[in-house]
Amino acid sequence: MLATIVARLGQMVFVMFGISVLVFLIFFATPGSDPAARIAGRNASPETVAQIREDFGFDRPLPVQYAVMMKRLFVTQDLTSFVNRGQKVIPEVLDAIPATLSLVSGAAVLWVLGSLTVGVAAAALRDTAVDRGLMILSLIGISAPVFWLGEVMNLLSQSRYHDTWLFSWVPGLGYVPLSDSVSGWFKALVIPWITLAVLYIGIYGRVLRANLIEAYSEDYIRTARAKGLSPTRIMLRHALRTSLLPFVTMFGLDFGALVGGAALLTEVVFGINGIGRLTFHALQNLDLPVILATVIYASFFVVAANALVDVLYAVIDPRVRA
Amino acid sequence: MSLPSEPVLAPAAEPAAADPARPAEGRGPWRTAWRRLRRNRSAMISLAVLLAVVALTLLAPAYAGWLGIDPFRSNLAGTWMIDGQSVPVMEPSTTGLGLGVTPIGPTWDLGGYFLGADNQGRDVAARLLYGGRNSLVIAGAATVLCLMLATLLGLVAGYMGGVVDMILSRILDVLWAFPVYLLAISLSIVLLTSAFTIGPVTITAGSLLLPIGIIGVIYVPYVARPIRAQVLTLRQSEFVLAAIGLGLPTGRILRKDVLPNLLPTLIVFVPILLALAITTESALSYLSIGVQPPDASWGTIIQDGQTLLYSRPWVALAPGLAIVVTVLALNVLGDAVRDALDARGHGR
Amino acid sequence: MSPLLDVRNLRVAFATDGGPVTAVHDVSFTVQPGEVLAIVGESGSGKSVSLLSVLGLVDRRRTVVEGQATFRGEPILNLSERVLRRIRGREIALISQDPMTALTPVHRIGDQIAEQIRAHERVSRQAARDRAVSLLRDVNIPMPERAVDRYPHELSGGMRQRAVIAMALSCNPALLVADEPTTALDTTVQAQVLDMLRRLSAQHDSSVVLITHDMGVVAEMATRVAVMYAGRIVETGTVAELFDDPWHPYTWGLLDSIPPLTGARPRRLPSIAGMPPPPGRTEPGCPFAPRCRAAMPVCYLPPPEQVAGGHRALCVLDAPARAALRPPRVAA
Repeated sequence: MLATIVARLGQMVFVMFGISVLVFLIFFATPGSDPAARIAGRNASPETVAQIREDFGFDRPLPVQYAVMMKRLFVTQDLTSFVNRGQKVIPEVLDAIPATLSLVSGAAVLWVLGSLTVGVAAAALRDTAVDRGLMILSLIGISAPVFWLGEVMNLLSQSRYHDTWLFSWVPGLGYVPLSDSVSGWFKALVIPWITLAVLYIGIYGRVLRANLIEAYSEDYIRTARAKGLSPTRIMLRHALRTSLLPFVTMFGLDFGALVGGAALLTEVVFGINGIGRLTFHALQNLDLPVILATVIYASFFVVAANALVDVLYAVIDPRVRA
Repeated sequence: MSLPSEPVLAPAAEPAAADPARPAEGRGPWRTAWRRLRRNRSAMISLAVLLAVVALTLLAPAYAGWLGIDPFRSNLAGTWMIDGQSVPVMEPSTTGLGLGVTPIGPTWDLGGYFLGADNQGRDVAARLLYGGRNSLVIAGAATVLCLMLATLLGLVAGYMGGVVDMILSRILDVLWAFPVYLLAISLSIVLLTSAFTIGPVTITAGSLLLPIGIIGVIYVPYVARPIRAQVLTLRQSEFVLAAIGLGLPTGRILRKDVLPNLLPTLIVFVPILLALAITTESALSYLSIGVQPPDASWGTIIQDGQTLLYSRPWVALAPGLAIVVTVLALNVLGDAVRDALDARGHGR
Repeated sequence: MSPLLDVRNLRVAFATDGGPVTAVHDVSFTVQPGEVLAIVGESGSGKSVSLLSVLGLVDRRRTVVEGQATFRGEPILNLSERVLRRIRGREIALISQDPMTALTPVHRIGDQIAEQIRAHERVSRQAARDRAVSLLRDVNIPMPERAVDRYPHELSGGMRQRAVIAMALSCNPALLVADEPTTALDTTVQAQVLDMLRRLSAQHDSSVVLITHDMGVVAEMATRVAVMYAGRIVETGTVAELFDDPWHPYTWGLLDSIPPLTGARPRRLPSIAGMPPPPGRTEPGCPFAPRCRAAMPVCYLPPPEQVAGGHRALCVLDAPARAALRPPRVAA
């Protein structure tokens, strides 16, 4: 067990290292462009560019450049934005975390509950109209781009039906910190939660249905039926319980990716100042240090989430524990 | 329905391992698959929808020509005839403080401004067709690129094995752990700021080749992993071992024995990748790091419509609906193709 | 004595892509209290399907089950799930073929046994667990107090099959349906498990329907035998009748394929040439005719039934014809 954990941690460190190298190469070793000029942003003076070239060691070999960059990201944490002059990047990223975490956690609760309902109902009522209806809805949910769905939601809740009982409670776009007002936080996030969850309810509901149907062809389900158990018990305790394993893996990956910035489209549409929106604004301003920091932060989050999933896997599947 | 499996009492001689890609006679696997697909009504409807979408986008220049407009030139001062009255394309705003202008709304008349105008006074319906063409071209080209790269990587890693496999697999692991959108963003931001030169080829910043390349690359691990796994299995199969034993050249074995057997998996990936590519392209364009103006795509039109969302919602709604319909049809078709070929794609 | 289970004219058809396929044709058999009925046949002969459809364990949406079946005199076929649930596990228990897949992998053995007990009886968690321990002891699992907390993958195949048997016996069922209970096990373990199954079914007063393809197992365990071929029972009788004087040429083939225990090992065991007909065959004649060494033109008409007491066979051959074709074996 301990050896497995150590091996897994080693693998995690390797992947993190790999990602940081990859990001570094993309940003600083792309042929035909000057990284110093890129960091300085648009319309930077030659002096600034020269200063940056000096600071980051761009006239030195690539491994040195990499080391300098990592040191500034993690050790001294003094990477600064040149677009918003003097703005320290790392605190900015840290400040954005609560909004992203609020958005993604709430959506995750919705999508786990929603997809469990969809998957179980569709599998239990397999080949009926309910099953077909749920699967078509899921596919539509998967097919709709999240930012567009967000705009449709905004159109309905902020404009067209804002004055009806249905949406009159919806506050203007933006994030309200939990510490400011619990109800404000909740109201501001309900629509974004739903929007973000739709896609995942679709994906997870379909996967769960397929896994459940596969489980139902297994011998142990026949054993459970031969034991005289109730259909509910067979579904929940035997079929669902064994089908949850791939579900948990997917959840870990997606949750990690979303917290790591993949929720950026939702954040942009709803004006939530999270990691994703930070990245988006950095993109618009070509603020390279910020993009670099968020991308690295995000991928580390994903990798850590992966490792966590592996541990969780061992908890729910006794076969892995041995 | 699966019958309980039982051991065979008097086992018949196992049929000799045959190369499944070369059926000796009878109905080939392809014809069986096609027959199954033909029987699937929702798959056929989806196929019809997709063909209709492709046909419509191909008609883009013809439609623009018929309207006599250039949907890529702004038309802020123009007028349009509605019900015999001349209406300015950009109407002075009647709401709020009376500042600014609102583009003409949908006329629901195919003769012009069917879906209204965007904030440059351009015909949204015509732009939708042109944009669809770009979205589909990018998706198609990115899919082909992705499949080619993934097959190449999968073949090399799976067939060579050893150190090569280990290195390639680790690289794929890293890419796999990298959230696709962030990878796409990182690549776009670097490539869009400057022209990009590989040897004699220079790709300018506004080129459609950029989103194609980016989208094609980021999904490679999703396809390469299952391909590699399949190549590993094929490498150990009797007909490949036999071919190696006969001393046939590796290139021939790969081409004649391995590649044909990968084809079903690759085909299963086509609709999935097309759907992913269309969605990804629209997202990148929405973030203004995909298709660059003056070119249009469904994603850029949604972005154009964002500022008009509450006044002229159709500018953003129409391209979104186009994406939903196309991607939905691709997903339905993808399910059906997978079932028909009975090969499981492992991509998500 | 009225039979415990009485199945009459059972017909089972599956819906497939190519239309309905009949897997079981007109099958009738009875199980008397306390007896062990062996149903023998090769894979696909419909022996499992017959029993599973009586228990309602086939996919109902794709299966049509016709005929009559009574359990303790009450009709049991096509009952609602709700009513069947009270019979399954409590009155009729199933032992599956493959112990590797028959238990839910994510639950402890003891919990799975206790779950069945608590589904049918109002007993406390602790009482159910105690009973699981004693059942595991009964099936000779070492250290049952520890084994009760093991997961299926932590036990060997033989131990798992014992646990499955313990679970099947947990509510003292009147009838045990054992579907190839030892096929997946090593030969040495097979004998132990069969032995235990015989001992415990006697102890619990359970009748047993033993589904198998192994005539050796039949000889060791059964009191009566039904031989199935292509969805029909082609011969039925007591073990003595069937082994000493088999009537149907298919049964001859089955018996000839048992390796002799004494004497020189034959170079090659005789086997039945050819393959069973595909399911869904509709010709009216004897399904075995194409493979039968005694086949004649009349075999392509529906075969008559030969009857002598409880010994029956679906075959055109009568006693003199049989004697000519297969001289009775001299007892060794």
